[in-house]
Amino acid sequence: MTDTSTGSVAGSAELAVGDVVAERTVHLTRESLVRYAGASGDFNPIHYRDDVAARVGLPGVLAHGMLTMGLSVETIVPWLGDAGRILEYGVRFTRPVVVDAEQGADVTVRAVVGAVDDETARIDLTVQAADVTVLGKAQVRVRR
Amino acid sequence: MSVNPDLAGREFPPTAPYLVGREKVREFARAVFADDPQHTDVDAARALGYADLVAPPTFAMVVQDLTLQQLLAEPDSGIALERTIHAEQRFRYSRPIVAGDELTGRLSVTGVRAVGKGAMVTSEAEVTDAAGAHVVTATSILLIGGEE
Repeated sequence: MTDTSTGSVAGSAELAVGDVVAERTVHLTRESLVRYAGASGDFNPIHYRDDVAARVGLPGVLAHGMLTMGLSVETIVPWLGDAGRILEYGVRFTRPVVVDAEQGADVTVRAVVGAVDDETARIDLTVQAADVTVLGKAQVRVRR
Repeated sequence: MSVNPDLAGREFPPTAPYLVGREKVREFARAVFADDPQHTDVDAARALGYADLVAPPTFAMVVQDLTLQQLLAEPDSGIALERTIHAEQRFRYSRPIVAGDELTGRLSVTGVRAVGKGAMVTSEAEVTDAAGAHVVTATSILLIGGEE
């Protein structure tokens, strides 16, 4: 847990600003949104009903912001080796992820070392859907 | 009704203990595309020194949500859910949540700021375990649009 000598890459002395430590693309479908609704307890119908989304003026059914936030940080957990190395994680929800009923949506996550000090590193996440950045200041502070 | 500025500084009673189930952790992990075995394989979690499955980092929102329900249930809050947008979210961890934890959330509203006709409400849910030790603090900023 607090043992930092377990050989993770995250503890490597070579960690340098600008290094890409992880990246992935996650394909979201309407099923993903229903699954997240059930797992999280957030049953806001804008995340699965086109009629409600249209009525409140949205461009379509949206992914839960917390789903985007959750899948984004998870991109770096295999690299970290231990989720307990995460000290702090914050995001701004700047743009919605519209999930088409037939096409779904691809969310791409790229994790780059933003800053390093003796004990911690800041990992900056760039999270995009349809070539637009959807999370602002998505930063994870991790124990090295 | 617009957002009540007197909400700032309001503190809520602790939520009833939430028992983190192993299958709930697996379910949540699958929902956030958390593929790492520490979230689904007990042996993998134990190899890292944990008593049971490690919940994905944003699992804390499950307890935070219980506290936000208290806020929304306040008769004088003036927060209309249909005009509410989740603007920012932050978690500060002392340790990850692990299956078997019994968690309690304690919400305080730390700020209410007028934004146009609406308001920005910042709240902090402090999540502690059965021993009373800090696990995670979840900070959320909600943007509540003004009435037309």
